[in-house]
Amino acid sequence: MTEKTVDFEKSLERLETLVREMESGELSLEQMIKHFEEGSKLVTLCSGKLNEVEQKIEKLVKKGGALTEEPFETEQ
Amino acid sequence: MDEKRKIYSVAELNRAARLTLENGIGEVWVEGEISRLTRHASGHWYFTLKDEAAAVSCAMFKQNNASVTFAPKDGLKVRVLGQASLYEPRGNYQLIARQMEEAGKGNLQEQFEKLKAKLAAEGLFDTDRKKPLPMFPRKIGVVTSPTGAAVRDIINVLTRRFPNLGILLAPVTVQGDGAAASIARAVGYFNTRDDIDLLVVGRGGGSLEDLWAFNEEIVARAIAASEIPVISAVGHEIDFTISDFVADLRAPTPSAAAELAVPVKTELESQITRLAARLGGSLQNRALVLREKIPGFRQTMTQTLRAGLQQRQQRIDEAALKLTHELKNSVRVAQQRLPGLQQTMTHRLESAVAERKQTLRRLEVQLRALSPLAVLDRGYSLTQTADGVVVRDADAVKPGDRIKTRFAKGTIISEVKEQ
Repeated sequence: MTEKTVDFEKSLERLETLVREMESGELSLEQMIKHFEEGSKLVTLCSGKLNEVEQKIEKLVKKGGALTEEPFETEQ
Repeated sequence: MDEKRKIYSVAELNRAARLTLENGIGEVWVEGEISRLTRHASGHWYFTLKDEAAAVSCAMFKQNNASVTFAPKDGLKVRVLGQASLYEPRGNYQLIARQMEEAGKGNLQEQFEKLKAKLAAEGLFDTDRKKPLPMFPRKIGVVTSPTGAAVRDIINVLTRRFPNLGILLAPVTVQGDGAAASIARAVGYFNTRDDIDLLVVGRGGGSLEDLWAFNEEIVARAIAASEIPVISAVGHEIDFTISDFVADLRAPTPSAAAELAVPVKTELESQITRLAARLGGSLQNRALVLREKIPGFRQTMTQTLRAGLQQRQQRIDEAALKLTHELKNSVRVAQQRLPGLQQTMTHRLESAVAERKQTLRRLEVQLRALSPLAVLDRGYSLTQTADGVVVRDADAVKPGDRIKTRFAKGTIISEVKEQ
């Protein structure tokens, strides 16, 4: 698993925790503002990560003994 | 006689012989050793099956030999399921092989059970070995045949769920000779890269022989050794392979594997949107609650202040009142005592003055008695040097000194003439 997918999961989990804590009504206004700021950053981060990967469908081919990638089209 | 004779053509004879063989013997299992194996360019195999006593020609056509799970070679002992038949153009008797197993290894079901028990004993199927799948893999390695429905289904489902996704296919042979090795190699290769978050390993449905590569130890061990989480997707729902047991997750079909591999992007997006809304909402709610409380606070504060002020005012008033009262009392007491005091004071003053006068007079008399001037009154005089020292001895002065002589009335200055 690469670091970045772990980042995404952790960010989403953290965001959920922040929201739950904010909704618990147990935070002071100051803490709520801090949570809100952190949460807003995580929202941006997570949405960004969903779109940072570009679609690429490739297959491995052997060229001169080395493996390379080339676009793969499925026959429909 | 000639008319009654039944004359066969050669073709008719061979046909009759073929039918007799096929109907008379039918499909049988034959055990023997392979020799003179030829893999023809057409894909068909031709070989001789022999034992100590005899030999028989065999043919195994492409559609059948594709599912042989091992590499047959000369000298190998095998069991062949085949149809006794005859090649009519030549009149050659032969066995048309449909299945082939390695002799001494037991049949496939037995091999399957044996390997399964062995790997289970090693702990390769243990639940605690299973790696969690990433929630959102960015690039998925797919190990399957580049042709056929499986790869198409996998790619279609993956891209439908998550349009922008990296998919890298390792095109492998999924059945027949060399399939297991190529699958194991692909799994190993993906683990040398650092951009693959998840592997999908599988193929579409088929017979037990067709799926056999996924029951091979080499594939099982490659999957077990994979650092990248693996979803296995072999055949249909009812097909269980060793790969399924050793993989981190078994999918019933290749399409199902794709469903399990990635979340639906739009669902993730709306999850994030919902969380963002709740995040903002909770802060807004708190702000509203606080805003509603402000007028209340203000009122309470004013009331508290006012009450405090009133209390203090009251205490000041009380104190002032008490003070005034006390002052008035003191003044009254003082006023009442004043006349008496005046009288006493006058009395005291008068007697003090009289007393002093008397003392003064007494002192005056005493003073007068002691004063040298009183002696002078009686006719004595007082001589002093120029410095004012009283001369009691004539030796205290010498001729030429000026001396002062005081009388009862007046003073003279004289000069000493002689002693």
